[in-house]
Amino acid sequence: MEFKTFVFYMLATIMVLAALRVITARNPVHAALALVLAFFNAAGIWLLLHAEFLAIALIMVYVGAVMVLFLFVVMMLDINVDRLRQGFWNYLPLGGLIGLLLVGEMSIVLGGGYFGLGSIAPPDIPADHSNTKTLGRLLFTDYVYPFELASIVLLVGIVAAVMLTLRRRKDTKFMHPSDQVKVQRNDRIRIVSMPAEKEGD
Amino acid sequence: MEAAALQFFQGFWSLFGLWDWLWSWFKPFWPLAWTLIKIVCILAPVVAAVAYLPYFERKVIAYMHVRIGPNRVGPFGLLQPIADALKLMFKEIIVPTKASKALFILGPIMGLAPALIAWAVIPFDAGLVLANIDAGVLYLLAVSSIGVYGVIISGWASNSKYAFIGAMRSAAQMVSYEISMGMALIVVLMVSNSLNLSAIVAAQGKGTFAGMGVGLLSWNWLPLLPMFLVYLISGVAETNRAPFDVVEGESEIVAGHMVEYSGMAFALFFLAEYANMILISAMVSIFFLGGWLSPVGFLPDSVWWLIAKISFILFLFLWFRATFPRYRYDQIMRLGWKVFLPLCFIWIVVVGAWMMSPLNIWK
Repeated sequence: MEFKTFVFYMLATIMVLAALRVITARNPVHAALALVLAFFNAAGIWLLLHAEFLAIALIMVYVGAVMVLFLFVVMMLDINVDRLRQGFWNYLPLGGLIGLLLVGEMSIVLGGGYFGLGSIAPPDIPADHSNTKTLGRLLFTDYVYPFELASIVLLVGIVAAVMLTLRRRKDTKFMHPSDQVKVQRNDRIRIVSMPAEKEGD
Repeated sequence: MEAAALQFFQGFWSLFGLWDWLWSWFKPFWPLAWTLIKIVCILAPVVAAVAYLPYFERKVIAYMHVRIGPNRVGPFGLLQPIADALKLMFKEIIVPTKASKALFILGPIMGLAPALIAWAVIPFDAGLVLANIDAGVLYLLAVSSIGVYGVIISGWASNSKYAFIGAMRSAAQMVSYEISMGMALIVVLMVSNSLNLSAIVAAQGKGTFAGMGVGLLSWNWLPLLPMFLVYLISGVAETNRAPFDVVEGESEIVAGHMVEYSGMAFALFFLAEYANMILISAMVSIFFLGGWLSPVGFLPDSVWWLIAKISFILFLFLWFRATFPRYRYDQIMRLGWKVFLPLCFIWIVVVGAWMMSPLNIWK
């Protein structure tokens, strides 16, 4: 057995176990951390496929940012798992259907040889191939309009999220820092000149 | 270097006449063993530096305060780190009641590990690097972005309100400043045209001033001065050091996420903080101060320049701590999001325009 195969099966096993843990863990924080572990192993499998940019982006974006915010929320909520599981049997048929669909799609991809996908030769990769460079070049030349469009959609999402949660509170004690810096002594204190008092007056 | 190491082992074991027998079964494991040897050669000095950095911190700050600092254990107090380490090792690790025990143990490990694995891509000299990968900068960004898990996990697993508030503060701060650091790095990538750290250092050795023998002025810090400052200050905030150390604001929340930890578990957080400082200093030296390059033409490039630059940035860290009072929390957030981030966005456009103009100095 090639060493790569061993690494793949190791990563895949841990990933499947971690994914199972995500849906079986009673504590939502443990579930979220199991999801982080699954992401790590997915990144490892992508590295095996020479997709180093995707792998590192997965860790940077999902593990480093999305899951951190997710954990923030999950940690601060008091989630009752039993209440969440109440509708389990009602949702089972729908969930099972989606699961079957996923299995079907995966088997088409993995068993591609039976559906004529095997006739497409895998691209030969030169030794000094830089995945990041190729991806960057494609994104900013051939696919620049879809790419910019996607970024505008994201920007709209950010603006919408900010606007939805923005409450102009009246009771906030916010002070603009430049106003604070500009404060002069005379704005805050007044020196009163008083004649000295003498004893006996 | 690999051949020299092999020759050394061959010479050693040939003394006992065991070399041929040993090599016959050890050969498949040699690449693994050689990588392990290299890892130890990189991490041993890092860990030694991590042990002595708190000592230097106490000494430097003491002299800035006109005090003497640690001077009881050994000559000039030089054995102080060893005494501290022994003390912490023999203390009991107390796990709070109802704490999530596995995560409680995992927290400090997740804090220290990213600070150590990042050294895999740091180049010490031309070709002297453990993993010379093309996506080195991305790797560094990814690794530094998982450092925040140590804080969050330990804060939550401690089952303590102070620890949790500290973790929330720290995580929000680290996530905010990571963005400015990444943005500052984008400008560096633009001018050096590579994601490989060795190539980034090599790119700084070229230019008009480097041709005149003053390489010092060709390094990225001068043409990208605003980004250098943003990166350095964000680095201080990212490591939760003074003046951005609200995480462990002693007067408000005792010691932040590490308040429930004792003994060696606490020591790991302590080590992680200093390991992160050294790592950030190394990254500043590589991205903006020319890595192993010599500042003047008549002196050779060597790894000692890198060490000198790292030490200088570390001294800045200590100097900041002795100089500035702690920032207010809302002002920390304001600095990161409203000052540094827009500045980075603008500077990306400015440098892009500069590179397209005839005045481009990075050809």
